[in-house]
Amino acid sequence: MQAFLDTFDIYLLEAVVNGILLGGVLALLALGLNLIFGVIDVTWICYAELVMIGMYGMYYMVQVFGLPYWAAAPIAILQVAALGAALHYIVIAPLLTAPPINQLLATGGVLFILQSFATVAFGIDFRNLGIRLPVLAIGDMHFSYSRLLAFVAALLGMLAIYFFMKRTYTGTAIRAVAQDRQIMSLMGVDTKRIYLITSALGGALAGLAACLLVLQYDVHPFVGLSFGPITFLICVLGGLGNFVGGFIAAFVFAQIISLGGLYSDLEWGYVLAFAFFIVMMFIRPAGLLARRS
Amino acid sequence: MLELRSLDAGYGSFQALFGINLEVRAGEAVGVIGPNGAGKTTLMRVISGLIRPTEGSITMEGRDVVATPAHRIVDLGIAHVPENRRLFPRLTVDDNLKMGAYMPGARAKYAERLEFVFDLFPRMKERRSQMAGTLSGGEQQMCAIGRALMSDPKLLLLDEPSAGLAPVVVQQVFELVKRIRSGGLTVLIVEQNVQQVLKVVDRAYLLEAGTIRASGTSEEMMKNDTIKQAYLGV
Amino acid sequence: MNSRYAAWAVGLAALIALPFVYREPYHLHILVLMLIWSFAYTSWSIMGRFGLVSLGHGGFMGVGAYVTALLWNHLDITPWIGIPLSMVAAGLLALVVAYPCFRFRITGHYFVLVTLALSGIVLQVITATRDYTGGSLGYTPNRAPSGQGLLALQFDDKTTWYLIALGVWVVGLLIWRWVDRSMSRYAMEAISEDEDAAAAAGVNVTAEKLKITLISALMTALAGALYCQYQMFISPDTVSGIAVSLQMVFAVIVGGLYVSLGPTIGAIITILLAEGLRIGFGTKAVGWDNLVYGVLLVVFIIFLPKGILGSVLDKLKAQPKKPKTT
Repeated sequence: MQAFLDTFDIYLLEAVVNGILLGGVLALLALGLNLIFGVIDVTWICYAELVMIGMYGMYYMVQVFGLPYWAAAPIAILQVAALGAALHYIVIAPLLTAPPINQLLATGGVLFILQSFATVAFGIDFRNLGIRLPVLAIGDMHFSYSRLLAFVAALLGMLAIYFFMKRTYTGTAIRAVAQDRQIMSLMGVDTKRIYLITSALGGALAGLAACLLVLQYDVHPFVGLSFGPITFLICVLGGLGNFVGGFIAAFVFAQIISLGGLYSDLEWGYVLAFAFFIVMMFIRPAGLLARRS
Repeated sequence: MLELRSLDAGYGSFQALFGINLEVRAGEAVGVIGPNGAGKTTLMRVISGLIRPTEGSITMEGRDVVATPAHRIVDLGIAHVPENRRLFPRLTVDDNLKMGAYMPGARAKYAERLEFVFDLFPRMKERRSQMAGTLSGGEQQMCAIGRALMSDPKLLLLDEPSAGLAPVVVQQVFELVKRIRSGGLTVLIVEQNVQQVLKVVDRAYLLEAGTIRASGTSEEMMKNDTIKQAYLGV
Repeated sequence: MNSRYAAWAVGLAALIALPFVYREPYHLHILVLMLIWSFAYTSWSIMGRFGLVSLGHGGFMGVGAYVTALLWNHLDITPWIGIPLSMVAAGLLALVVAYPCFRFRITGHYFVLVTLALSGIVLQVITATRDYTGGSLGYTPNRAPSGQGLLALQFDDKTTWYLIALGVWVVGLLIWRWVDRSMSRYAMEAISEDEDAAAAAGVNVTAEKLKITLISALMTALAGALYCQYQMFISPDTVSGIAVSLQMVFAVIVGGLYVSLGPTIGAIITILLAEGLRIGFGTKAVGWDNLVYGVLLVVFIIFLPKGILGSVLDKLKAQPKKPKTT
């Protein structure tokens, strides 16, 4: 009996730590989506597909062209940042005065485009970098270095965004646009340019997530479907555009997925997370951080 | 300095301004007075590029304002303190002031301008790390004027600086305007509080239903019978 | 107005007569698919036209298809009972998700994202329960022994399926029309303009939205079940998930959201497109059809947001009416 309890606790603790590690990447994704929603008032429902393209970018640079991981990563980040800026320029900018739902559906079209582009261009095979990072063993618990790296890099990425937003003129302007877009020209700010920069930043965050996820998961054209929906739930629960709310919700969901996955398949972890989300809507309809009146 | 020639403007099919001619000379303080809905705010918005005129011209020191992109008009030396102040409520006072110095020319002088604004409004220095939305009405007006001054403008546009403020605070705001003037800044001020504004400005225009009905020095305007009856209540 | 009814009657009679005159199996197959998908798209538009943009319909369709097939294979429950049960299941799912959304005013982007997650989750569940559902490899209802085709709702004959699909499609249009002429329409239009104002005017916002959502979800589940019975093969990708939800939105937007035949036009265009690409490219077509869908969806939203039929009708209305000769 005692032995059983010991193993049980070890696995539980391992799942909790893995949940925290997963939370870092999910928080990164939620931050990107929230940034774009907060500033431009648009939801990119193809956000996870941008990550997928980034993962393919990493695969081709590392596996096909033989670049080292650390050299490929910045290129992949830039590549997805450019994709984000292009998405804004080509699809969102012409729709800025259209009903918001049209903008959202147009990004749905982009989701189709990216998925099928990947199918056509890269095929439906599962691919990976072929990089096996060692596993860190603490007692009987095992944590993969790829997850630790992902967690640390995600936190650093978020920290970089934080300082950019706080310290630079452009970052301050991005926060200001989210509060009052009409008067930005009085400050000499070109809102179009700010939108483009924000979109590129959102893309860059997706690119960073891609570099980290490709170490842990195989890439295929539909890989976005396995973490896209959960990112949306995180953003809704944290409050769209609310950076802190998204951050907290990401860790809450990551815990649920990780602990749920402990007792059965990972997919059931997602189902549990969705059930949790429905319950939370009743308890805190305005989001995780809302004060109850 | 600023010249408006037979200017028409409006929103969509609704025309708010009809053939406005108006001039502000360097160093002057000029008021535009008139009732609610006369087009005063529209006038300010046209000058700073928030809306575009349908007809007529605006020039600032000989340069064409209408042809300048809205976000470049600050560079011509025009700073606009909008109606209801329009601070960024969830940015700190510091960040609001920083936004006022966004243009590359202003960024270079940031420290110097910040000192200038803090000298003018010591209260802002005390409140610098506070969210702008938590300031009192009078403080918000200071912050809004301070934000406009950060760009080191030649011409300051003030839209209803006294609106929504307690009478005591209104007095303070007009004191502020006087102080800003004494620094040599040119001011164009739009106000419903006619009595107060005429004490501060050199000249004034009366705007009614989108057209200029009268203009003259403050003394002349104060003696004008229509203005006396309709706005000064004597 | 009478001439309009006459036109509908003649059109319907022609459609009913068609399989008795024309028997080319491939073309009939395409027509059946068009009718089933038209019905599914019509179900979506019943909600979508009031600004209730749901990306969860892939989930409802998946529930309709899989519940029917699972009940038949594992519990020997005939689809005649299984289909209503699957509709009930989809309806319950719709209520569980939609009730808190409507009750707590989760609208616009939030609603879209919640429903989007719903179809993602249904797909996950189908994949996770692979021991029962076959996972991503797909699932086939058991063949009924010969002579029991009617009981199992399995017909080899394309004509029978054509007539079933036609009937369901007509019922879909009638429901669309019924909603269009009901008080609910005015209530829903008021709600989509301004929820608070509608509530103040005495509209029970939550109940009205739930009613429309429930109708739409039940119809979508039926479409999924019929698709399963007709194709005798379902996979998570073809009847559930975000892609199917988006495909519905795409077809309805291409056809026209505010016209009764808009979703049908959308279905005709999308299926012709997919089949055309499949024939043109052969097996290389994998992915190309969706690529074209995606590009067209973006182009349509930017340039022709009212859809093909909607835009054409607008053009016709804009033309000066000829003076009537009496």
